[in-house]
Amino acid sequence: MEDYVIEMLHITKEFPGIIANDDITLQLKRGEIHALLGENGAGKSTLMSVLFGLYTPEKGVIKKDGKEVKISNPNDATALGIGMVHQHFMLVDIFSVLDNIILGSEPNKFGFLTKDEARKKVVDLSNKYNLKVDPDAIIEDITVGMQQRVEILKMLYRDNDILIFDEPTAVLTPQEIDELMKIMKELAAEGKSILFITHKLNEIMEVADRCSILRKGKYIGTVDVANTTKEELSSMMVGRSVKFAVDKAPANPGKEVLKVENVCVKSKIHENDSVHNVSFNVRAGEIVCIAGIDGNGQTEFVGALTGLDDISSGTIKLCDEDITKKSIRYKNTHGMSHIPEDRHKHGLVLDYSLEENMILQRYFEPAFSKGGIIKKNDMRKYSDRLAKAFDVRSGRGAKTIVRSMSGGNQQKAIVAREMDRDHELLIAVQPTRGLDVGAIEYIHEEIVKERDNGKAILLVSLELDEVMNLSDRILVMYEGEIVGEVDPKKTTLQELGLYMSGAKRDNGKEAN
Amino acid sequence: MEEKISFFRRPAVQTILASVLCAVLGILLGYIILLTMNAEHATEGISAILTNFFKFSGNTKVLMKYMGSFLVKSMPLILCAEAILFAYKAGLFNIGAAGQYTVGIIASLYTSLALGWNWFFCVLAAVAAGALWGCIAGVFKAFFNVNEVIAGIMLNWIGLYLCNIILGGAKCMDQTKSETFDIMATNPSAVLPAFMTEFFGGNKYTTIAIPLTIIIAILILVVLNKTTFGYELKATGHNKEAAKYAGMNAKRNIVLTLVISGAISGFAASQLYLTGMEHYTISASVPGMGFSGIAVAFLGGLHPIGTIFAGLFVEYITLGGQYLNTNYYNPQVADLVIAIIIYLCGFVLFFKSFINRPGKVKVNANAEPANTSAKAEEKEV
Repeated sequence: MEDYVIEMLHITKEFPGIIANDDITLQLKRGEIHALLGENGAGKSTLMSVLFGLYTPEKGVIKKDGKEVKISNPNDATALGIGMVHQHFMLVDIFSVLDNIILGSEPNKFGFLTKDEARKKVVDLSNKYNLKVDPDAIIEDITVGMQQRVEILKMLYRDNDILIFDEPTAVLTPQEIDELMKIMKELAAEGKSILFITHKLNEIMEVADRCSILRKGKYIGTVDVANTTKEELSSMMVGRSVKFAVDKAPANPGKEVLKVENVCVKSKIHENDSVHNVSFNVRAGEIVCIAGIDGNGQTEFVGALTGLDDISSGTIKLCDEDITKKSIRYKNTHGMSHIPEDRHKHGLVLDYSLEENMILQRYFEPAFSKGGIIKKNDMRKYSDRLAKAFDVRSGRGAKTIVRSMSGGNQQKAIVAREMDRDHELLIAVQPTRGLDVGAIEYIHEEIVKERDNGKAILLVSLELDEVMNLSDRILVMYEGEIVGEVDPKKTTLQELGLYMSGAKRDNGKEAN
Repeated sequence: MEEKISFFRRPAVQTILASVLCAVLGILLGYIILLTMNAEHATEGISAILTNFFKFSGNTKVLMKYMGSFLVKSMPLILCAEAILFAYKAGLFNIGAAGQYTVGIIASLYTSLALGWNWFFCVLAAVAAGALWGCIAGVFKAFFNVNEVIAGIMLNWIGLYLCNIILGGAKCMDQTKSETFDIMATNPSAVLPAFMTEFFGGNKYTTIAIPLTIIIAILILVVLNKTTFGYELKATGHNKEAAKYAGMNAKRNIVLTLVISGAISGFAASQLYLTGMEHYTISASVPGMGFSGIAVAFLGGLHPIGTIFAGLFVEYITLGGQYLNTNYYNPQVADLVIAIIIYLCGFVLFFKSFINRPGKVKVNANAEPANTSAKAEEKEV
């Protein structure tokens, strides 16, 4: 008889038209690190929502310590000792670490806060588990890695013994990831049980004891990590074998397409520049990548480059033409394509149909309108052609409202639109964010094809695997500055990590 | 809305159902209020409201005459609703329609009574005045980021006091009756051309306002659904950031939208005051037409054609209030019941559109599959 702390047995959760979880069984042993692996849309989030009482399953039972329990809201889950570190931290930025930890269960006497005991408990916990944080630091002043420790302390403070980590490494540097792995192992050694949601195979191989795999809402199996390989895990996850590396020939750079000189962008939050003196160039036929940890000025820089945000100084030249002060429309129609970071915020009008989104920057062109009237037939033909060429799938074809399409197909629609437009430069920001392995493979191939067709490509990515696989040159951005340029063939993840965390920088580096 | 009439379960059909349900619910609530005030005569009261001028159905000529007056009064309400709907599609809440309507009254009555202009130029003046009022709110919104609701409300009051000052003068106002002169007597050339007077039992107020309103509704439908301008406006309304990304000129569109919306509101005023049916009296509050227009626009499912029917319904109920027996009910009760019906119409639908708004619902066990995939994706991103 195994000692299971949480068992989710034969969970089935249906939504109209979709079975999100189909007879899924997940058993978490006491003191183990259990990875939950699956592509987007595999049902991981739904399963966790069931565990937290956000959804009520149609079938199946949940057992805690062998006894059946009913979880009908998140408070029930907390009472059972289940805690979660969300991928996007749930912290109040302007509160101190201590205040954030006690938030929601504030110790008090007659309604007055009594923080002394809480402080002692927090300090004891952070010593015990080696989670070093200053209880009086303000959240917005500390690093993302430290913020994550605060989230972990929050769970420990509430005496949770079942800890769920939802893609915890997405926002961390390689060094911080190593640190987190160590902490997770220590927690498990202390008897805590950990559920670790991820789609990064390396991390599973490193820390997990066992791994359960979901695919398209179905339970595929649970394996002992010691007896498996990355290849086996990935084929269980996707249902076929996947290439990890991108096939590409060496770059063959041509003329200079984009030239950025001393670009500065004022920060909206603080006094300093959020982008400072950035200079580089991108030539036709090469993929240049800006790597860095989220929030180091990449978003602001792309904003300045594309015109979505104001630029405070510097010049931007596209094919030898100064476009620094040009409008977005001018840039759109003069050789700049842009796959935006946030497809819901910028890339799509979600309540428009697929065909209407396909002409988002071109609706006024003679090809799609005449005398101010949109040519619906031409719009439909164009949309159908693009959807076919780029394998964009949708329920009702060109008339499908984009909101109802899957994230992968939404992204493919944007990629199709941006690649088909007349352009010399493609700016691709996080082009594979939130997509599953199959879609990532496809988009990477398309980007390489673009490069081989002689387009200049500026890739901005937070995914180190993507950075290493796809780019021909890597520029690392740290606190708004380009701190180094490396060749992906000659560097290591560790070296990149040092640049990304500001520990290393090329001195006096200027654009080449 | 989009052209997706292929299935019966399409949103269009659902919206119509919801609107009808709202209307029925409003009438029911009005009935309950009558019951609490005077249970004995409540049924009689509510049926008087609903029967309305159809109690003359024995006499076709009288009935048609009443029908004509009913239509004349409905048109400005429908136009105000169209104005609000148009701005709403571009993501702007034009509560300033009431003020734009008010300056429309100033322009149409001043040009007709004081300046003795021909009707055509009076209408143009009203349109221009409304457009100017909309433009002010638009410029503030676009260039100084002043919320259009705040600017609109302030402009409503400025419009009202201007109206009292300008129309209160001796040139426009009959000081003995303290209402504006009758334009039929003062300047017959300013009265809108008659329309099917014979058909409406010799009603002298039925004018081209009726067909013009229908034409404008259709025009709005076409602009929103067929033109690049409508495409831009709706994109801006749905997702301002994406519109910016696409290179659309947000500032220009904001100003233009409010100018057009204001022009329609000003036009609405001319289509009532230039029939001669209505006179302006000094008032302490902004004319309610623009506000009722909000309820009508929502009741009409934010569709230019649906709005026509919603406007007719609301005006019908309002008119019905006059038929409530004042021996049993305080005269204000009629207004109260009507107000409840009208505003419930607006609110229930507003509520419904909120519940149904996909993607906004955080945790909803009954969520539709489309939403859940979007939600799940948001979580995992």
